[in-house]
Amino acid sequence: MVEVVNILLAGVGGQGIVLASRVLADVALQSGKAVKVSETHGMAQRGGSVVTHVRFGEQVYSPLIALGQADFLLGFEKLEAMRFLPYLKKDGRLIVNDQEIYPLNVLLGKEKYPPEISSYLKEQTGQMCLVPAQEIAQQLGSPRVVNMVLLGVLAQFLDIPQEKWEEAIYRCVRPEFREINCQAFRKGFSWKSG
Amino acid sequence: MAVVLSGNEAVARGAFEAGVKVAAAYPGTPSTEILENFVKYEGVYGEWSPNEKVALEVGFGASLGGARALVVMKHVGLNVAADPLMTLSYIGVNGGLVVVTADDPGMHSSQNEQDNRLYARFAKIPLIEPSDSQEAKDFLKVAYDLSERFDTPVLFRLTTRVAHGRSPVVLGERKQIPLRDYAKNVPKNVMLPVYARQRHLRVEERRKELATFAEKSTLNQIIWGGRKFGIIASGVSYQYAREALGEEASYLKLGLSYPLPLGLVREFAEQVEQLFVVEELEPFIEEQLKAAGFSVVGKEVFPRTGELSPELIARRIRGTSPFQVHFSRPEGLPNRPPLMCPGCPHRGVFYVLKKLKVVVTGDIGCYTLGALPPFQAMDSCLCMGASIGASLGLEKARGKDFARQVVAVIGDSTFVHSGLTGLVDLIYNKGTGTVIILDNRTTAMTGHQDHPGTGFTIKKEETKALDFAEVASAIGVKRVSTVDPYDLENLERVIQEELASEEVSVIISKRPCVLLNPPKVDKRIEVDADKCKGCKRCLQLACPALSFAGDRVSVNEEICNCCSLCVQVCPHQALKVGER
Repeated sequence: MVEVVNILLAGVGGQGIVLASRVLADVALQSGKAVKVSETHGMAQRGGSVVTHVRFGEQVYSPLIALGQADFLLGFEKLEAMRFLPYLKKDGRLIVNDQEIYPLNVLLGKEKYPPEISSYLKEQTGQMCLVPAQEIAQQLGSPRVVNMVLLGVLAQFLDIPQEKWEEAIYRCVRPEFREINCQAFRKGFSWKSG
Repeated sequence: MAVVLSGNEAVARGAFEAGVKVAAAYPGTPSTEILENFVKYEGVYGEWSPNEKVALEVGFGASLGGARALVVMKHVGLNVAADPLMTLSYIGVNGGLVVVTADDPGMHSSQNEQDNRLYARFAKIPLIEPSDSQEAKDFLKVAYDLSERFDTPVLFRLTTRVAHGRSPVVLGERKQIPLRDYAKNVPKNVMLPVYARQRHLRVEERRKELATFAEKSTLNQIIWGGRKFGIIASGVSYQYAREALGEEASYLKLGLSYPLPLGLVREFAEQVEQLFVVEELEPFIEEQLKAAGFSVVGKEVFPRTGELSPELIARRIRGTSPFQVHFSRPEGLPNRPPLMCPGCPHRGVFYVLKKLKVVVTGDIGCYTLGALPPFQAMDSCLCMGASIGASLGLEKARGKDFARQVVAVIGDSTFVHSGLTGLVDLIYNKGTGTVIILDNRTTAMTGHQDHPGTGFTIKKEETKALDFAEVASAIGVKRVSTVDPYDLENLERVIQEELASEEVSVIISKRPCVLLNPPKVDKRIEVDADKCKGCKRCLQLACPALSFAGDRVSVNEEICNCCSLCVQVCPHQALKVGER
């Protein structure tokens, strides 16, 4: 089978997952790869689970990543990372934003937010990056750039030069937000697991 | 140079390059971004039409006038536009006309998953199905040539994974297409029975000519691999199959999938051991092939519901899947359904409707979420505009007394789309029901498109705004009131009064979508921990900014838009609006 890098981005509507996937697709194209992305729009975006598939390589057919085939699972929220764990490859890498967003039934006290998600994920996969992306974004004064922090962490594991990433961010982000997004990316790119 | 485009952006680009002059659409997931992107190009006209039927009629007029025209809708929109489509097939075109239908297998954001390929066969018009963004652009240009060459509208079908899939596209230049001459031609363009009979004969000839053309069309191609499995597929199903089976199988990829190129199928079938049709939803290709005498396997092994996937195709054809799952997730994880945003103007209405325990006939929009827990304040949701007719039907079945506890709720854009005629019926046939127009000044669910009530066109040019109160009055509604859904007490009082009244009422619940112009929140909701009894009344608002921490409510200030509904419903005055 042709070599393809599969990246699954999972989180909650409103977390900037679609923008992150667009930057990824752009950087892949500029690196001379074929690329396909599948996005979520519409009703699910109103605070529901959102998942986006990104695939790049010499030749890409399906826009969807098959179960068990994700080289990277980028979890924007802990519960969503757990929900989409079956997509991860055996030796795939799990990158998770250390943030909990409660679904309605948890807010209403009808269901419990699963405790100890981090340790469950770590135990299962053996090599999770738990990133304080929310905290890093807050320090930069913009909670909305969590997506770029996570992209920065992901970029540590992909063989694409940093300037290519920043060029892609530049192309995909509105002018007034370019600098803050690049800053967030750099924070993620230089972040080291504790 | 290539750029990454969604299928929808690629269709818009393709229309631009094909020299399309006029485009019309009604927004609907997964089709909406096509018109949004098309109008960004110079020298084109695009509009949000009130509904899909009008959009197609505008497209028809533009084509009649000699221009290339594009008409766009989601799958269920074509039901609304089916009336003009079926007869437009007889009339044909002057300037090329393409109807884009964006189908939604798996119902990511739709009320059904009908397969609109059947419309192509029903209307006897050619069907084109791209499988990625490059094809979306290139095939659309072919569609216009086909439309003009064969004097026919063309149905161009996307599915969610193509429309909202992104892949590289090599851009081209805009082709300058001169307007074709306009000439009055009554026998062709006026479908009186005497002329329509002649045109129908022509349609049947055209169908045969198209079938011959399909045999040689570059949109249909054979990709030879292993000869054990022969796969016939179109659209994204081809991509899934290719992913699943790779070089192991051979493929007949259909880009022009109606009329079917039966000769090409025969050539393919003769050289493979076992023939499969891989298609989502209906056995559209399969049944035609079986009727033509081919021995194919299709829905015997593939589901007729939902989306396909590479895993599913591999398992059903080869018996095993190359995709192994290594990690499991724990059972019983809390689901995360979509919900109304903090500060959503619909929230107060559904809180009150639930409290009043009324029967609610619903409609299509963000507010359909009012059907979900904890509100569960919706009894029906059928299609665009159905709420008003349904409420009248309930009244005629169960009587006027029953109507005293029935409310129809309908969004502003939906009301314009197809609620107006329902309201006319309510008046004309002496109903006594209550209609709430949830006027949030936008088409919210699909991503905030303007509509005739907002006072702006798709290009944000100012225009005459349809005034719902005036329209209701003109239709004959005597009791029209406008309320602010942030004022619960008044809202409840008005709804109760209008329900009690034995004549038609229209209540306009007016406040802009909170995402449209996010309010500058300079206030905050303060919780008085001593007064909060932990009764959870405020949680019944299903606001994502409110949660239960320990035994008290807490407010997430990061997302709170300070609508103050929680302050209003708290029976212990434990919540109040303070300064930030």
